[in-house]
Amino acid sequence: MSWLTKTLSSSIGKKVLMSLTGLFLCTFLVVHLSGNLQLFYKDGGYAFNTYAVFMTSFPLIKVISYFNYFFILFHAFWGLYLEYQNRKARSVRYAVVRNSSSWSSRNMAILGTVLLVYIVVHMGDFWYKYHNEPLPYVRYTENVQTGVKLATEMPANYTQDVKKIEISDFETGTRLIIVKDLYKEVSRVFQNPVFVLIYILGMFALGFHLYHGFQSAFQTLGWNHPKYTPLVRGISTWIFAILIPIGFAAMPIFFYVKHLMGN
Amino acid sequence: MSEGNMNLTLKVWRQKNAKVNGSLETYQVNGISEDMSFLEMFDVLNERLVSDGKEPIAFDHDCREGICGMCSMYINGRPHGPLEAVTTCQLHMRSFKDGDTIVVEPWRATAFPVIKDLVVDRSAFDRIIASGGYISVNTGNAQDGNALPIPKEEADKAFAAAACIGCGACVAACKNASAMLFVSAKVSQLALLPQGQPEREERAIKMVAQMDAEGFGNCTNTGACAIECPKEISLENIARLNREYLGSSIASTVG
Repeated sequence: MSWLTKTLSSSIGKKVLMSLTGLFLCTFLVVHLSGNLQLFYKDGGYAFNTYAVFMTSFPLIKVISYFNYFFILFHAFWGLYLEYQNRKARSVRYAVVRNSSSWSSRNMAILGTVLLVYIVVHMGDFWYKYHNEPLPYVRYTENVQTGVKLATEMPANYTQDVKKIEISDFETGTRLIIVKDLYKEVSRVFQNPVFVLIYILGMFALGFHLYHGFQSAFQTLGWNHPKYTPLVRGISTWIFAILIPIGFAAMPIFFYVKHLMGN
Repeated sequence: MSEGNMNLTLKVWRQKNAKVNGSLETYQVNGISEDMSFLEMFDVLNERLVSDGKEPIAFDHDCREGICGMCSMYINGRPHGPLEAVTTCQLHMRSFKDGDTIVVEPWRATAFPVIKDLVVDRSAFDRIIASGGYISVNTGNAQDGNALPIPKEEADKAFAAAACIGCGACVAACKNASAMLFVSAKVSQLALLPQGQPEREERAIKMVAQMDAEGFGNCTNTGACAIECPKEISLENIARLNREYLGSSIASTVG
């Protein structure tokens, strides 16, 4: 074995792989949340729909997204493999256990499995449909001077070969943009309370997973220092376990409430 | 015999040897004094078992003052019982109430097979130490203490790590039966001091390799080990071991 495979197959090396892939996925979540916050714009989905075009066509983003899919699968299955090894390390279990560790830290594998199922459901809801199903198109007519955008649904049988058609008409001072209406699909899915509930539960799992996961990744890399560890723990709890899951959960709730109020 | 008024129900793991399955047996112990240590309470029970012509309960113990690391009982779901920063021998019956039911099990880890009843084989720890937990020095006169200046903070950290008595409570408490707290204390106490430097890189690599070979689980940073450790070894040591191991693997030529 070379030194690298020897290092990565040791117990510490195996955890370093969990730590690095986990931190990558944490940065992905930050990007994913900031991008999806555009769902809250009152622009008929213009910002979100053109953002979706950018994210699925810009080459650098595409490359990173393939890494992202790979890291999600690697993190999930490597984690399950480590859990299997850890269970094997205690072949006879205790009759009575009084735990002194946090619930999150003891249930990372279960929380992670819930998240994997959640990710499959989530990608089936939007990613798969966006790439493989004939979603309706929407046309935005923008008054270039005022910036006001008018959204018009395209006919149901309308389709186009490119992801985004953009035409500027200098005489009338307007700009036409035609894109797939993923925004409408998002608002349609979240009219169903069952989906809203599934997504909220998924975010609970995410919060508890990251409450332990984010700060644990630093400990695994050896980054434990009296000056910085409190900060890392604070970020783990307030940003990754609370703020980010709430930010994501706000989206299904927003669309459901909007639907209830008749919009 | 005892002079006390505590009556307790004990559920103790009994297992003839490593090859057969064991089970929890129930014993009634009466007239226990609250000033007895937990092990003395077991002595009382064993004396009775012997006088009844029964096999006494095998359990590890030696110094009975919390420094040898032999006692190893998993009491009511916690290694060394309900108190923090004490070993089983330093636990007294005043920590329990009259009428309590107390469940006593051996350390549970695949790397610590049960030899008999509450006695487990902890020689895996010895093999980890033998793989690199030492410094090689020639015999002869000790050097003058001031010849090697050591910052006070570093000396304190090394001393705190060296407080590890190798009892294995960290392994017993960990949901993964990981030995990281033990190995990290043993690596830290030498890595922090000048005497430990010559073999520093080799030590981290070899001790981790031996730890893995013994079949301990992987650390998931739950922190249960440090909470249950009778010598309060800190999780900072595990981070240091991670640094020592990764640094040695990546940067040195020994691994």
